[in-house]
Amino acid sequence: MPDQTPVTASAPQPLFQAIGISKRFGDLVGNDAVSADLMPHEIHALLGENGAGKSTLVKIMYGLIQPSSGELRWQGEKVELANPAQARALGIGMVLQHFSLFENLTVAENVALGLTSAEPFARLSARLAEVSRAYGLPLEPRREVWRLSVGERQRIEIVRALMQNPKLLILDEPTAVLTPGEADQLFAVLRRLKEEGRAILYISHKLDEVKRLCDTATILRAGRKIATCDPRRETAASLARMMVGAEVGPVRPSSARRTSVPRLVVTNLSLEPDDPHGTRLKSISLAVKGGEILGIAGVAGNGQDELFAALSGERISPDGGNVVIDGEAVGISSVSERRRRGAAFVPDERLGHATAPRMPLSENALLTGHAAGGMVRHGFVRRPAMLAMVDRVTAAFDVRKAKRDPEALSLSGGNLQKFVVGREILREPGVLVVNQPTWGVDAGATAVIRQALIDLAGRGSAVLVISQDLDELLEIADRIAVMFHGSLSAPLDKAAASRERLGLLMGGSSTDDGAAEEAGHALRA
Amino acid sequence: MRFALERRAERSALVAIASPLIAVALTLVTMAALFGVLGKNPVTVLGVYFLDPLTDPFTLQEIAVKATPLVMIAVGLALCYIANVWNIGAEGQFIIGAVAGSWLAVVTQGTDAGPWVLPVMLVLGALGGALYALIPAICRVRFGASEILVSLMLVYVADLLMDFLVRGPWRDPHGLNFPTTAEFDPVATVPALIEGSRLHAGAILAVLVVMLASAVLGRTLRGFEIRVVGAAPKAATFGGFNANRLVLFCFAVSGALAGLAGVIEVAGPIGHLQPGISPGYGFTAIIVAFLGRLNPVGILVAGLFLALTFIGGEGAQISLKVPLDLTKVFQGILLFYVLACDTLIVHRIRQIATPRRPAPGHA
Repeated sequence: MPDQTPVTASAPQPLFQAIGISKRFGDLVGNDAVSADLMPHEIHALLGENGAGKSTLVKIMYGLIQPSSGELRWQGEKVELANPAQARALGIGMVLQHFSLFENLTVAENVALGLTSAEPFARLSARLAEVSRAYGLPLEPRREVWRLSVGERQRIEIVRALMQNPKLLILDEPTAVLTPGEADQLFAVLRRLKEEGRAILYISHKLDEVKRLCDTATILRAGRKIATCDPRRETAASLARMMVGAEVGPVRPSSARRTSVPRLVVTNLSLEPDDPHGTRLKSISLAVKGGEILGIAGVAGNGQDELFAALSGERISPDGGNVVIDGEAVGISSVSERRRRGAAFVPDERLGHATAPRMPLSENALLTGHAAGGMVRHGFVRRPAMLAMVDRVTAAFDVRKAKRDPEALSLSGGNLQKFVVGREILREPGVLVVNQPTWGVDAGATAVIRQALIDLAGRGSAVLVISQDLDELLEIADRIAVMFHGSLSAPLDKAAASRERLGLLMGGSSTDDGAAEEAGHALRA
Repeated sequence: MRFALERRAERSALVAIASPLIAVALTLVTMAALFGVLGKNPVTVLGVYFLDPLTDPFTLQEIAVKATPLVMIAVGLALCYIANVWNIGAEGQFIIGAVAGSWLAVVTQGTDAGPWVLPVMLVLGALGGALYALIPAICRVRFGASEILVSLMLVYVADLLMDFLVRGPWRDPHGLNFPTTAEFDPVATVPALIEGSRLHAGAILAVLVVMLASAVLGRTLRGFEIRVVGAAPKAATFGGFNANRLVLFCFAVSGALAGLAGVIEVAGPIGHLQPGISPGYGFTAIIVAFLGRLNPVGILVAGLFLALTFIGGEGAQISLKVPLDLTKVFQGILLFYVLACDTLIVHRIRQIATPRRPAPGHA
């Protein structure tokens, strides 16, 4: 155990209270008289759809914004948090969903910037390594952040928060990028923090997780508190009902699911990474037939992003023959040429990769629609066609937005993701490659997106889903392969793909277990 | 009481328009103070600077003459800057354009070459500027060299090349040894718009360039490409746009426009090639581009305003003995304020109460 001094248990007084918190943004109500008591020795879930007011409440608790009315109490005393530094001084730590990291600085430098202490840098680096090791969150302090995967970046945020020895730790969607094993490790960490007497506020859309981990849940809907309950006594369905205000059914398997000829084929694709810390793709082979969904599981940073770039054409493979779309070798074709052949792509970063954040949705529709979407004539863009596309996506995927054509940045994560996925699916691609389709997206939007992917495959398209969320793959994929250190395992049929077997492949380990042994061989092959 | 910058949820359209005006106002206040320090009456000097030129038809025409190259160059630079490509060497491309066009004027001097000479000169000027601008572009794309440094250094190369030509091979034999070419023939001269005036057809061309650039930026796929590469490079790659090719395109276009401005300047108001054909148009155009919010129509307005400072500065030097260099000071201060005020488009100033220290013992 590093120098995390245990917090002594006090009387059953709430550590932190939000009392009647309201926050208005112009006409918009972010929070409407929300109250919550966070107790020491307790993991408290904050549940709600996107736009339900979770982020607003959490930002108020962390001093990022000030409430319009209501008050906060810390150990029974009224406090005003003008900024996060004051929140941290009280003992509140936070792991944001959107990481606030400087890309060009190292892990240790980023942590140092986030801490206010005058601790010497060398000692801080050592302590960082120690904390990260003690909690099973491995990090290389001297690595530059821009070379790190989403999952690794999140580890920095968690470790940074832990290094401040917080009494209250707020986590926003922490397991979204972790393997089941890593998530279990995180849960062990969180339970330990709870044993130490800390309070934890846990924001998640994964209801099973909340049921497993949390002692109390506050459920928000449309800015209001709907209920405070014990999630262990609720069912996932009853929680979802309170959250959404309506029943959320499981995805429907598509009715006419017939697999046909392979539409996306990759043969022996090897690719050196762009930068020295990227992952080298090692002789990757896969085939996705029309009508099926192939899932690629794996922990962040094992070559998924590199594979996506090679498939989309953002990186050209020198041997053009090893990526084939509908019988045509496209390895040296540009992104636009691949789109013209009926392929579509959805990258994992919504802002900055899938969309230009400061551009309106219409121009973001043009971004991927200009090559084969009827939006350009003789070099001139057709604004009506672009707006029509925005309207179609809005209608088909229930994208909620303040006006007809807002900047991408102004949409909530779930709504922007629905737009980004819908933009591609409405073009009826023959081949769809999607990376992390529902990362950080609420239950409602997740269901819509997964259903859309299944339906697309049902119409005869080949769908490749790269995801770190095993539940997602087990729910929608027909076959699942695992990426590890730049290699891809042979795909397992859904029936054979147990959580344990996939988990072992994701860790790259072969144990004495026969199945894993076999899978390990497949990996090396 | 403290003030803090807070990021806005969306860019403020109001501030986007107001920011250049605020910058101009702040610049005027600063300049007034500076004139006061120099012992001049600030009101009088500002009047001579900014109002007198607007009351005289001759100076009004001069403003248009000076604005013509500024606007043409700045429109090209704006395309670069929007795409996050940094061409700082428009001054050199301007000079090379002037040299390339002058070559034809010099070799056809005194021959009975027809009216094709001027159009070909314009083409040569644009081509020369474009090719010269492609040097830093290729260095960046091929070798990763900083286009800012390379384009800037090439200004001095261009300047010295012109100096060599007008002192050496192209010098007017009857020019009393002055470093200048002979006066261009009428077929190699841009026609005046008004008889006996220095206002020339290039001004119309500048307006056409503004309209064309507006259409390209707002309505074409290429314009979208320029904007998206600048705003979100990774999204642009994903969109299928090649950033390297766009660097070449932007440099070629801005170089061509600067070169065109150069040849028009020597074939128009000046009438021959000589050192000092530019009072720093290529650099002032950078200010014009930013003051005009990188928007072609805004650049037209900003170009006229900066031209006013050139004319007003000359007037102030003549009538009030204010140093002409103050014009450059003015332009520098203006650029500083324009960039500073731009911060307010994506941020707002928020007044925050003095933070209450959290109670000790809890920290």
